[in-house]
Amino acid sequence: MSANLDDILAQGLKELAVVTDLNQLDQVRVQYFGKKGFFTEQMKQLGALDPEQRRAVGQVINQAKDQLQSQLEQKKMALESAALEARLASERVDVTLPGRGQSVAGLHPVTTTLRRISKIFTSVGFAVVEGPEIEDDYHNFEALNIPAHHPARAMHDTFYIDPRTVLRTHTSPVQIRVMESETPPLKVIAPGRVYRCDSDITHTPMFHQVEGFLVDTDVSFADLKGVVYQFLRAFFEKDIQVRFRPSYFPFTEPSAEVDIECVMCDGEGCRVCSQTGWLEVMGCGMIHPEVFKSVNIDSERYTGFAFGMGVERLAMLRYGINDLRLFFENDLKFLEQFN
Amino acid sequence: MQISEAWLREYVNPAISTDELVAQLTMAGLEVDSVTPAAAVFSGVVIGEVLAMEQHPDADRLRVCRVAVGETEPLQIVCGAANVRVGLKIPAALCGAVLPGDFKIKKSKLRGVESFGMLCSEKELGLVAEAYGLMELPSDAPVGVDIRDYLSLNDMLIEVDLTPNRADCLSVEGIAREVAVLNQLDWSALAAESFEITETNTLGVAVEATDACPRYLGRLITGVNAKAETPLWMQERLRRSGVRSLGPVVDVTNYVLLELGQPLHAFDADKLTGGITVRWAKTDEELALLNGQTIKLDSEALVIADDQQALALAGVMGGSSSAVSDATQNVFLECAFFTPQSIAGKARRFGLHTDSSHRFERGVDATLQERAIARATQLIIDIAGGKAGNVTEVTTTATLPQRLPIFIRKQRVAKILGVALDDAIITDIFQRLGMTVVAQADGWQVTPPGCRFDIAIEADLIEEIARIYGYNQLPSNSLLMRADLGKATESLLDISRAADLLVDRGYQEAITYSFVDEDIQKAVDPEAEVIRLKNPISSELAMMRTTLWCGLLKAALYNTNRQQSRVRLFETGLRFIKIDGVTHQQSRLAGLALGSAYSEQWGEKSRKVDFFDIKADVEALFALTGREVRFAVAKNAALHPGQSAEILTLTGESIGWLGMLHPTLEKQLGFDSQVFLFDLDQGLLLAKQVPRFKPLSKFPSVRRDLALIVKEGVSADDITGCIKDSQELTLQDVVIFDIYRGKGVEDGYKSVALSLHLQNELQTLTDSEIDAILTRILARLTNDINAKLRD
Ligand SMILES: [Zn+2]
Repeated sequence: MSANLDDILAQGLKELAVVTDLNQLDQVRVQYFGKKGFFTEQMKQLGALDPEQRRAVGQVINQAKDQLQSQLEQKKMALESAALEARLASERVDVTLPGRGQSVAGLHPVTTTLRRISKIFTSVGFAVVEGPEIEDDYHNFEALNIPAHHPARAMHDTFYIDPRTVLRTHTSPVQIRVMESETPPLKVIAPGRVYRCDSDITHTPMFHQVEGFLVDTDVSFADLKGVVYQFLRAFFEKDIQVRFRPSYFPFTEPSAEVDIECVMCDGEGCRVCSQTGWLEVMGCGMIHPEVFKSVNIDSERYTGFAFGMGVERLAMLRYGINDLRLFFENDLKFLEQFN
Repeated sequence: MQISEAWLREYVNPAISTDELVAQLTMAGLEVDSVTPAAAVFSGVVIGEVLAMEQHPDADRLRVCRVAVGETEPLQIVCGAANVRVGLKIPAALCGAVLPGDFKIKKSKLRGVESFGMLCSEKELGLVAEAYGLMELPSDAPVGVDIRDYLSLNDMLIEVDLTPNRADCLSVEGIAREVAVLNQLDWSALAAESFEITETNTLGVAVEATDACPRYLGRLITGVNAKAETPLWMQERLRRSGVRSLGPVVDVTNYVLLELGQPLHAFDADKLTGGITVRWAKTDEELALLNGQTIKLDSEALVIADDQQALALAGVMGGSSSAVSDATQNVFLECAFFTPQSIAGKARRFGLHTDSSHRFERGVDATLQERAIARATQLIIDIAGGKAGNVTEVTTTATLPQRLPIFIRKQRVAKILGVALDDAIITDIFQRLGMTVVAQADGWQVTPPGCRFDIAIEADLIEEIARIYGYNQLPSNSLLMRADLGKATESLLDISRAADLLVDRGYQEAITYSFVDEDIQKAVDPEAEVIRLKNPISSELAMMRTTLWCGLLKAALYNTNRQQSRVRLFETGLRFIKIDGVTHQQSRLAGLALGSAYSEQWGEKSRKVDFFDIKADVEALFALTGREVRFAVAKNAALHPGQSAEILTLTGESIGWLGMLHPTLEKQLGFDSQVFLFDLDQGLLLAKQVPRFKPLSKFPSVRRDLALIVKEGVSADDITGCIKDSQELTLQDVVIFDIYRGKGVEDGYKSVALSLHLQNELQTLTDSEIDAILTRILARLTNDINAKLRD
């Protein structure tokens, strides 16, 4: 009996040794441990023995059974792990290959710049207002204290639709439109396209401006200076030098041009700043009493400031773009640099 | 305006360098555009005198000269200039001299004759671009003196870009006045020396247009020598201001214009008939101008006339018939004040812009005329001789600008500038500016001098305080604002969200010109009434776009012409259309796609972008707002008739278009692949419903699939529309998941597979209820669109 058992165990171990996959392993398992398996049969026969013998024989059978069982388990684990290894190996990909699907594009650098400017001003409560691009002479010039034949008109090379209708030469008419329809306090920026009849290496017939203005009971030139300083430092993300130069716009007084320390050469002097170390970036001033008069705002009670800046110019300085015309060629090789 | 630094410093000479002076002007609002040397770099050139001259033995055109050059012995110099002659004084470059362009002068042999230097022209010294012959120096020029010193060539030319309000600085004296203020220096305006009145005749002057010409001064100067040489110093100053020398009389009028800012005009008195009248022109009166142009006048043009005809366009340009020439003997000198309003725009109307009109339309000091005519008379007599007559003056005080005192409030200064400056600072600034200041309890009565005609109101004075005090010395505040809380509008989607969505779906944002090429505009939107520019830059930018497609198509072509085979672009902006003569400016969002649907990638079969790719992008935009829209079959001249849809709101308003560029246009515009386009109205696209919560049903939803056979002409919308029209309350959704044509389906028909999603909010649907619903829907489909259930 026990000799027989030894043979069976040896046979079982031998069979296990040549198993190469989980299927074969299962056959071995069924053969020895299945319902009609060898050990099951052996255990059934125990019932015929007396209790004394049953215990002893049972113990022997169990030992053999345990031994084979543990070998089987080990074999199973080895096979499973080999199978997993094989699967992992077969499923290996080249992770350095690019991903698939729709590519993401980007915004035009002018839009990106406009969004940044808007964000800086809306964060302190400025509203963003847009206006018409085909504008009447009154809003573009007259209400801004630029009557017909005013020499300042020569500074605006105007596109005409008819003698009383123009393509707006600046976004300042939005200032008039807002002040006509709303009452102070007002804090507004007006971004948009503007047009000048001028086209050469440093001028395009269309470009973008942001006009901003603030009207309240006690707004001073000092407030204007503070806003301009903070804006330019926020825009260039740098504690940049800023200076104010007296200038002239018919719709503001006092008027100023704002220069920043040249961002190309850090004020050392270069081609971009004509060796001066300074770059003109905006115009600004206190809103002229005549402008308030044209929109029926009491200039004794209210004061205000206005400023205007060229968006392409700011974008060029921010990103180091050296040719204005690139903005409107829409060459993908240019546009994609700002994605 | 360009001025000579040396000339300026003759008036007022602060102890600061050129760089400091320039910085000072710029920071005072007189922006300096450029600073350039008055002469190129050269050295070793002295004044020489030709003592003797003989023909070169071997060259017809060369002369061998003996030239005195000062301390050394006279030099032998070979010269080829035609104007060389004995006794002539000329610039002589000595051996060792270096001329502009690093041209070194050495002892040399010309056709065998030794030459110890070179006689120079103005061009060779870099003074002018073109010259004919040697530069002829005055006979009193001191031999041996360095020409740079003699001509004061160590001078800088300062180009000042003056703003239109600062016409008071359109003269050397004006800028000197400003420099004196900035440096707190005393200075005095130029006083004309007195001269004797020796001519007894005068010419009558009548001013009809007294509003336009409040002051007119005229004077006869007889017996002048118009052939006299303008002195070198004056020629040099004119040259350095960019003015050509044209004979002594005209030179003097130009010189005084530069010096004092007062335009003058000289007439040949012998060519005048009768007296002078300042009047408005008659309709169709003609005037031949000095520049050769003949203009037709009208009653808006101010002229100076004699008894016969118009002689000059007042304040702009003289006429040719009365112009001063070499032969002129008697001169009538005009020095007037024309009001800016009467001159503004007049020059431009005739395509003219002169130094005179530039000043009159910006403003001239109305008190300057007497001094200016005296100065000019004196200079003419000094240079060209002649006898001066008395001035005939016609002044209309009523129309002359009045210098009234302006009241400026202390409190207003503080309010505008944001700082309370000391009274002493404010009054000092006004006084330095030549203003009369009378202190009052809460401010000052300030009267500006005649030259500051730009100052008329309190704000002008406040600006002057700020300017002279220094903008950068004034304080700067952090903003203290009254502020209402901001808005967070939910019923309107921000356009930036739509732009971001397109960017994320692979569309690059473009910005194209709002004015477009007529050819593209006409091809894309042939029916539209367009808005044209009166003065376009070019015919390619001549009309306002009625659709953003014009610019996008052009931008796409720009890229396909540069080896880009896949282009996806979008743009936001206005389109400009006319409806019944009224201009509408509408915000649109438009896009374009061509080439492969996805950028080239491994592991996927490449395919071209098609209608449904673009439709998905458009649908994604509408998904942002949850707006339901219809895609209706409709015709658009720019689009393929079989692949175009008009996008409509459920109430039938047109939101825009979607489709394939018409193959004819594709070819005409030069594309070599299909182009897909969309164009949407921003207002209708961005309007958003604020979401409304609906309770969730606890009961299961049921899906039932149907396969229908319908005729080809029946659209997906027809089927789903018909099903939705059934108004089955439990019907939640209809999804088409397959279209099949071919075996088992008759020609001219198609099989459409769709799923119906049913759910009752109150209970679980029973099979018999579901069957009843399906039966009702099928009956409707059969009845309305003749659909049959596929076997
Ligand atoms: Zn620089």
